[in-house]
Amino acid sequence: MIQFNEVYKRYAGQQEALSGLSFHLEKGEMAFLTGHSGAGKSTLLKLIALIERSTHGQVVVNNQNLGRLPKWKVPYYRRKIGLVFQDHNLLHDRTVFDNVALPLIIAGENHREIGRRVRAALDKVGLLGKERSQPIALSGGEQQRVGIARAVVNRPPVLLADEPTGNLDPLLSEEIMGLFEQFNQVGVTVFVASHDQELIGRLPYRRITLKNGRLATD
Amino acid sequence: MALFNVDNYLLRHAQVALASLGDLWRQPLASLITVLVIGIALALPAGLYVLQNNIEQLSGQWQQATRISLFLKDNVKDGRGQQIAEQLSSWPDIKKVDFQSSTQSLQEFRDLSGLGEVLDSLPENPLPAVIIIEPVATVTANDAHADLLQRLAKLQEVDLAQLDMQWLQRLQKLNETGQRGIAVLAAMLSLSVLLVIGNTIRLAILNRKTEIKVIKLVGGTNAFVRRPFLYTGFWYGLLGGVIAWLTVLIALLIISGPVNQLAALYESQFSLHWLSGVLFIALPLCGLFLGVLGAWLAVGRHLSAIEPS
Repeated sequence: MIQFNEVYKRYAGQQEALSGLSFHLEKGEMAFLTGHSGAGKSTLLKLIALIERSTHGQVVVNNQNLGRLPKWKVPYYRRKIGLVFQDHNLLHDRTVFDNVALPLIIAGENHREIGRRVRAALDKVGLLGKERSQPIALSGGEQQRVGIARAVVNRPPVLLADEPTGNLDPLLSEEIMGLFEQFNQVGVTVFVASHDQELIGRLPYRRITLKNGRLATD
Repeated sequence: MALFNVDNYLLRHAQVALASLGDLWRQPLASLITVLVIGIALALPAGLYVLQNNIEQLSGQWQQATRISLFLKDNVKDGRGQQIAEQLSSWPDIKKVDFQSSTQSLQEFRDLSGLGEVLDSLPENPLPAVIIIEPVATVTANDAHADLLQRLAKLQEVDLAQLDMQWLQRLQKLNETGQRGIAVLAAMLSLSVLLVIGNTIRLAILNRKTEIKVIKLVGGTNAFVRRPFLYTGFWYGLLGGVIAWLTVLIALLIISGPVNQLAALYESQFSLHWLSGVLFIALPLCGLFLGVLGAWLAVGRHLSAIEPS
């Protein structure tokens, strides 16, 4: 599903953020991406989401060579990738419902389908009663769950999360990880970047560790 | 991916259009100022255009009153003069011909000038016989005039054919100059409308930077991001155009009274042309075009700078 072949990424005027990275994530696999801060975790996820492009090497996602994807196709590609962020990236001028509906509105879904799928996604993350709330009125854990609902609402085959529990206490973190496991169980490929070794250690999934932009352990 | 659905697409457009109108409504003062600036910038050239158009109508009326005077040579007898006048009246581009013998000319001059005694002391009549010609109304263009004048001057018995309308030509040139001036002014003010809208949209984009980033992250195309801003420009332009139209109408309403009185004093058929119908279409259309263009330029310039990172 996600394949890296000798991938290098260098930001202008800086050291290599990733060098010679190769790994392969199977379809329907769940894996953690870990390493010290600055090891290149975020950069790696950005390459998959096409927020950045690799300087060298091949990134193939869902049989699509990202290096060959023209710029105008990037939005359509991103619709098949669910993204979860540490700081949620919610829009505070609209309700929870409208936040979760955004990817569907962008994809041009019709009104009824949007209502149905947004409620289904909110139900999955346990926030069905909060659809009319403003994000600002929710707790950190709830906001993160809204972010997850938005990431999965158009049923992407790949879900990426960058430090999704970075701001949460252990109990909430575990809940969030439980959600990711649920999505993985229905076939979604889940790739979570986290430096929370304690949390990751308790879960039985593959671990890809980066050190200074190189693959340390897999 | 969902199949492309025209109904959904149009519905989205309508929603975005309404939403951007709502955004303007939520900041009434700022929006009003922008719309007024656009309105006034459009009203100025439009008002001048109406004025210039009226002057053109007016000079057209005067041109129709043009007359050509043919001064005959001294040795031409009155009978011959009468004959020429009759011949001329059969020319297709001549409407009316009046023959005035040298005696009649003298009489007229005596009546008008009050120099009767002086004239009596002259040994002979110094005034020539004159044929006064009124061209048909269609002969109003300068070229046609010049052509007729030339043919008349070529007649053997004619000493001088004169069209006393130099001032009219000057007016016409002045009018043309005015026309150019208005065009230049309109271009400059259109540019300023573009800049005003561009700047307003730029601020709107900066205000919604986070939103744009998030939209791009969840797969929004540039067209999707651009759409609300284009509609914002659309509304600014459209409303500005309507304001411009109202401004011109009010200005005309204010000056129409004195203008009509003035026309009455000159016993002229002239009445102010409001052009309200033409402008009602043209001004909002113009504003709309400038609004969307300004927004497009601003979005194009700033959108690419906002990418998720």
